[in-house]
Amino acid sequence: MAKVTIDGKSIEVPDGTTILNAARLIGGEIVPPAMCYYTSLKTSGGYCRTCIVKVTKGSEKDPRPMPKPVASCRTTVMDGMEVQNITSPDLMEARAGVVEFLLINHPLDCPICDQAGECHLQDLAYEHGLAKTRYEFSRRTFEKIDIGSKIKLHMTRCILCYRCVKVADQITDKRVHGVMNRGDVSEISTYIQNVVDNDFSGNMIDVCPVGALTDRTFRFKSRVWFANPVDAHRDCPKCAGKVTLWLKGEEVYRVTGRKDKYGEVKDWICNDCRFEKKATSDWKIDGPANLDRHSVISQNHYTLEEPAHKPLLNDVNVVQNLVGGKEMYNS
Amino acid sequence: MGKKLLLNNDHIPGINTYEVYRKNGGYASVEKAIKTMTPEAIVEEVKKSGLRGRGGAGFPTGMKWSFLAKPEGVARYIVCNADESEPGTFKDRYLMERIPHLLIEGMITSSFALGANTSYIYIRGEYFYVARILEQAIDEAYANGWLGKNILGSDYSLDLYVQVGAGAYICGEETALLESLEGKRGNPRIKPPFPAIAGLYGCPTVVNNVETIAAVVPIINNGGDEYAKVGIGKSTGTKLISASGHINKPGVYEIEMGITVEDFIYSDEWCGGIKNGKKLKAVVAGGSSVPILPADLILKTANGEPRLMSYESLADGGFATGTMLGSGGFIVMDETTSIVKNLWNFTRFYHHESCGQCSPCREGTGWMEKVLHKIIDGHGSLSDVDLLWDIQSKIEGKTICPLGDAAAWPVASAIRHFRAEFEDHVRNSKKVIDPKRLVSNAVY
Amino acid sequence: MNNGKEIKFSDESLALVQRMMKRYPEGKQKSALIPILHIAQAEFDGWLSSETMDYVASVIGILPVEVYEVASFYSMFNMKPVGKCVIEVCRTSSCWLLGAEDVISHLEKKLNIKTGQTTSDGMFTLKSVECLGSCGTAPMMQVGADYYENLSLDKVDSLVERFRADGKRKTYTDKAEARN
Ligand SMILES: Cc1cc2nc3c(=O)[nH]c(=O)nc-3n(C[C@H](O)[C@H](O)[C@H](O)COP(=O)(O)O)c2cc1C
Ligand code: SF4
Ligand code: FES
Ligand code: FES
Repeated sequence: MAKVTIDGKSIEVPDGTTILNAARLIGGEIVPPAMCYYTSLKTSGGYCRTCIVKVTKGSEKDPRPMPKPVASCRTTVMDGMEVQNITSPDLMEARAGVVEFLLINHPLDCPICDQAGECHLQDLAYEHGLAKTRYEFSRRTFEKIDIGSKIKLHMTRCILCYRCVKVADQITDKRVHGVMNRGDVSEISTYIQNVVDNDFSGNMIDVCPVGALTDRTFRFKSRVWFANPVDAHRDCPKCAGKVTLWLKGEEVYRVTGRKDKYGEVKDWICNDCRFEKKATSDWKIDGPANLDRHSVISQNHYTLEEPAHKPLLNDVNVVQNLVGGKEMYNS
Repeated sequence: MGKKLLLNNDHIPGINTYEVYRKNGGYASVEKAIKTMTPEAIVEEVKKSGLRGRGGAGFPTGMKWSFLAKPEGVARYIVCNADESEPGTFKDRYLMERIPHLLIEGMITSSFALGANTSYIYIRGEYFYVARILEQAIDEAYANGWLGKNILGSDYSLDLYVQVGAGAYICGEETALLESLEGKRGNPRIKPPFPAIAGLYGCPTVVNNVETIAAVVPIINNGGDEYAKVGIGKSTGTKLISASGHINKPGVYEIEMGITVEDFIYSDEWCGGIKNGKKLKAVVAGGSSVPILPADLILKTANGEPRLMSYESLADGGFATGTMLGSGGFIVMDETTSIVKNLWNFTRFYHHESCGQCSPCREGTGWMEKVLHKIIDGHGSLSDVDLLWDIQSKIEGKTICPLGDAAAWPVASAIRHFRAEFEDHVRNSKKVIDPKRLVSNAVY
Repeated sequence: MNNGKEIKFSDESLALVQRMMKRYPEGKQKSALIPILHIAQAEFDGWLSSETMDYVASVIGILPVEVYEVASFYSMFNMKPVGKCVIEVCRTSSCWLLGAEDVISHLEKKLNIKTGQTTSDGMFTLKSVECLGSCGTAPMMQVGADYYENLSLDKVDSLVERFRADGKRKTYTDKAEARN
């Protein structure tokens, strides 16, 4: 066991626990945000850098502070470790920097994005984002493509968290998509027009922290905050059949895996459950979904009356970016 | 003439062939190591020598070797880093092309010391012709019993292979190199675990630079103590410096550490002074990643002492007034050089070479390139200089691998020492009508 | 199929590929991917079509997407057709200080193409690339296996004429010209 103190709150955790998971055990506002780590996906995490924290004391044995911020999702605790997250102004500044990096090439098209309302990047932008964008060059764009009949890939919104690639590697048998190219022209792609077709491919949608992979059977039918999530189950020969149904009246708008309060799916679901079972009669309802609707919208930072074409971050500069930045320095 | 330990034979005709190399004392270290020394004793000599890694970071080699995990029944690897892609650096190519057997000999002795039975030399793909030279030398070494089964009749066996890369600076970073060697994208690994515990194929692995491995040969031949007598302080031995830019005699020089920077630049033994009688403006002393220094600070430390070619002296003053020896890529700029344009050129390089895994480096390098470009084209404002400073500070220390730092340091140092030149660009550059003129024409 | 040719290694290349795969421990044959892609690019018209990559995947026994991911990462692999002679001019630091931009714009004019393009006769592709480790002999360029150093515009002209007269495809795997 190791004792770790995060923002002044201590906890004992088993050796090998990451700082992020120790923070989640403590809970509350000291938990770092995580955009690429996903508990059930091996080797996930480390890429986005939003979960960085400052280690001010390495351990009881070696009390030296770590020289640089570390990714809390990939750094394991040591006995006696002391960590600062929200209590360190420099660290908060550094994290705001990471969020800004994630946003400079993001289209900020929240008003027309299906993920709005449950998008982790939108939440982060709200919590840490700068009021004004400092990026004045044109943003990277990609064509939207359908990968298979059920999933849409909108690469322009992707933050390269690698989660969907890990889903394909770890829970489906033949991966056909991956990361092509490198640097800031890296993209998630099948390279040749190829169809992601696999019983479990739909889970890629659930792990995507932004609106890059979306459910084609749901698109544009409703903003998520108008749908009412309930937990439901069915006997499924392929998966555990435990899902969240997104209902409007009697209509099933969408089926997803059941997510915990960090937005992580607890049980993978198969494509039959997700895409084919769209009648309430297919399901036994267990009760309201126990979601932590921590999103910008559910916290009422956002007006619900006329959501469809209002910019999310109430700022003219962002609006300007919806129309495209200055074209001049496009490289 | 300073003392030479690596390039003492480089001008002997035919030294690239086995016969000539052997006649000039080649492979003696292998004989000595395998016939008279234990692996532990070799590691001990390397520790005594004070040798520090020549790939850039300068980590003590003996210490690195002693960290190598040795679990029962698990293979261990030593991989030579011949990726040499840091702008301004070309010493490894020179060494491999001229005296390929020196690297092969060093690899055999080092592999024996670490108990590796299969070793790889990972060489950048552009050096394809050098890979062929090495392969030829390896064939000769096999034919003469220095590689293969039961070397010199001992029970030690070693296979040595050359692996080519395919164009990616990041594959010089040791864990990206291992990924690439495993046939994957050159994405640096998230550490820990470090290669000494889990490296190639998850087995304990040491990665060393070409020059580091070659230095093992004189260390074993003459003993670690003898090696440590050369050089100055903790900068023991000799160092290969790749000298380029606005100098009269560019090339690879083996120097004894401790000569002054001034001698190195102006003496006819080395760079031979600035080209066309111009004045020195700035130097990037250790490859493009290290902080650039203006003439006064590269020649003398902030305390007014002569700056020496050594790890400590170049670093004297920290990043405020010092720099780093790095890979020894010594780039000299004369008074006509635009520091801002040069910085844009470096920044384009890092932008092009970012692997793209982590957001600060993936997004930040391109952003900095665009801002610099805007300034050069006369569309910049003073706040753009502050913005550049802020972007680099938000990359540094927040990335998976040190490429992020390597991209940030040149920007920070150029602004620190040449801020007036940036401001001058902002105020006086002619507005370029076609702003795409200088934009990176990257072909991915 | 590339240009109607079947994608299949020559016997000689296949033997080399099989020898290469033995350099790595059992089960780690994917390690041979990059060296094999070099051989494939040289043999199949200087670039990697998806058919070529699928073929390489089948030779090694890995998924096609694993090959696409790797091939598209490395700058020496051409993901589109290129000319017989790919001229790669170093554009970085010391080469840049000593006139790389002049070499590039001279070549653009001479070949009547922009960097990144191929001449209409399919003979030349012009690329600007990052430091090739030849900064002491700047400016320089690489064509196939060979480094051409200490370039002057005249030297560039005569090299281009030589390549044109020779007319052969140049690849990284060629035997390099003798160097001093
Ligand atoms: C972006 C990056 C590029 C690097 N490139 C090289 C290189 O080309 N050659 C090299 O020997 N080391 C390079 N290094 C350093 C290696 O990661 C590693 O430290 C070195 O190979 C260790 O060998 P040494 O201890 O003998 O120096 C690079 C590091 C980074 C972060
Ligand atoms: S710092 Fe740059 S090169 Fe290194 S892992 Fe991150 S994106 Fe890749
Ligand atoms: S969640 Fe830790 S780096 Fe992305
Ligand atoms: S700068 Fe051109 S080869 Fe290094």
